[in-house]
Amino acid sequence: MNVLDLFGYSIDLLAVLLLALGLKGLSTVRSARSANGLAALAMGLAVLGLLLQLQPDPIAWLWIAIGTAIGGLLGLVTARRVPMTAMPETVAFFNGCGGMASLLVAMAVALYDSDGADLVELISIVISVFVGAITFTGSIAAMGKLQGWLGTPGWTQSSVRHGVNITLAIAALVGGFTMPGDPTGAPLWILLGASSLLGIGVTLPIGGADMPVVISLLNSYSGVAAAAAGFVVGSQLLIVAGAMVGAAGLILTQVMCTGMNRSLVSVLFGGALGGSAPVGGGGDEAGYTRIVSCSAEECAMALENAERVVFVPGYGLAVAQAQHALRELSKLLEANGSEVSYAIHPVAGRMPGHMNVLLAEADVPYEQLLEMDTINPDFPRTDVVIVLGANDVVNPDAKNDAQSPLYGMPVLEVDQARQVFVVKRSLGAGYARHKNALFELPQTAMVFGDAKAVLQQLCTELRSQGVGKAA
Amino acid sequence: MTTLSQALWVLLLGSLLGLELIGKVPPTLHTPLMSGANAISGITVLASITLIANAQANPALLILGSVSLGFALFNVIGGFLVTDRMLAMFSRKKSGGAR
Repeated sequence: MNVLDLFGYSIDLLAVLLLALGLKGLSTVRSARSANGLAALAMGLAVLGLLLQLQPDPIAWLWIAIGTAIGGLLGLVTARRVPMTAMPETVAFFNGCGGMASLLVAMAVALYDSDGADLVELISIVISVFVGAITFTGSIAAMGKLQGWLGTPGWTQSSVRHGVNITLAIAALVGGFTMPGDPTGAPLWILLGASSLLGIGVTLPIGGADMPVVISLLNSYSGVAAAAAGFVVGSQLLIVAGAMVGAAGLILTQVMCTGMNRSLVSVLFGGALGGSAPVGGGGDEAGYTRIVSCSAEECAMALENAERVVFVPGYGLAVAQAQHALRELSKLLEANGSEVSYAIHPVAGRMPGHMNVLLAEADVPYEQLLEMDTINPDFPRTDVVIVLGANDVVNPDAKNDAQSPLYGMPVLEVDQARQVFVVKRSLGAGYARHKNALFELPQTAMVFGDAKAVLQQLCTELRSQGVGKAA
Repeated sequence: MTTLSQALWVLLLGSLLGLELIGKVPPTLHTPLMSGANAISGITVLASITLIANAQANPALLILGSVSLGFALFNVIGGFLVTDRMLAMFSRKKSGGAR
């Protein structure tokens, strides 16, 4: 062992240490940003250390440079351009690409470099291809569903899908077991094809509301794929980092499931929540009988006299890009002497934390964002609640109706408030495709329209009443 | 250079570390944390670079290695930057003291 080796090992160890610290720091608000930088630094160190150890020849340098330039540039541009509302699908897409990278490494080694590979290496290749392919196609399918490119086909809600997926899994297993005997032949392609289809097959039946959990799980898979790739190329650093991310991703997935009161098993194998349930109107407007709708003026009048106002943002707010309009309205209300806060359900939007990110973008003070457990006891003394494009997370059926597919999910108890306005584009159902009992309560009024347009109207109304002139 | 038993120990300890690292996470940070962990899983760049460096001028390995490096780096760079963009929104609020 010479000095250079020793230097290389210390860089590796330092990189692992920093990665671990980075991952840990990401779970507290104060340290999160620097922790992210730390993890990025660790990644840079790891690459540097590896290059020092490997001493690539000029041709290799050329290809490294090409890959770096293209991937790096695209990553840079994508990260800058992508709107905050599209964050869940962006993470899914990045994640799929990570899985693809592990998959490609394993395929390359299997096809062109497997002479003299031992059994361990071949098994690692099988695992890497299997997990990498599932990660890639699964992430792309998740992204497609979030973007609305992919629906939830009918057959995926029947038990047919279990048959299809089990067949695919068996095919992948057969390919995987026979591959070591014939590393470049048909088994590898069977494994690749079956795993790819399996990724789609297991993701497609899952409803949009559960997508964050799926993305988190796939994120964990891409760590596993990286660790497997570490076995393929013999890199301890890769094995540690991959295993660490894989395990941490699993914990995060579990944390998210708990927040939604769902078990991982029911997310993965239960199909779309309530998707096949015959009751509930399944997205159509029938079934509601006691709906009161009102205009923005009436809503503005109620707001003007309210001492305490709570906004409940949901995905509709993100879609309408209404966060700035919302901030403007709350400034007006504060100028008018109202106490304003925001109730954030753990799974509001399409990803946990989605609303926090969105509202932070509009400069909403962090202290005004209240989590469900903090704000629920306050609803009875709240004058006006405005629900903006949220649906299932405020459905009182989750507490009261044991027949409801939502039953048991913790919800924001807005039905306790004195007056509730629901800003919504239509009476369409939420993700759970279940009728919302809140809409029929006597204290509830619907304000139909795009969240941004309605909020702007409210601002105009309030200003015309003289609110906020002094400010 | 790496024996199997060494590698398996490393796998085991790495997994245990990962299980312990994340305990309680405020919901605010679920998305950034997922995104950050996702960027870290792009560590597979190391595999791509190793593949290229050991390709010994085999064009297929060079090309596949380079493509996979592109994918992995896209994940890494994009992942870290997006995470930073999200987190920047929280910290600006803290230091700026908007109210």
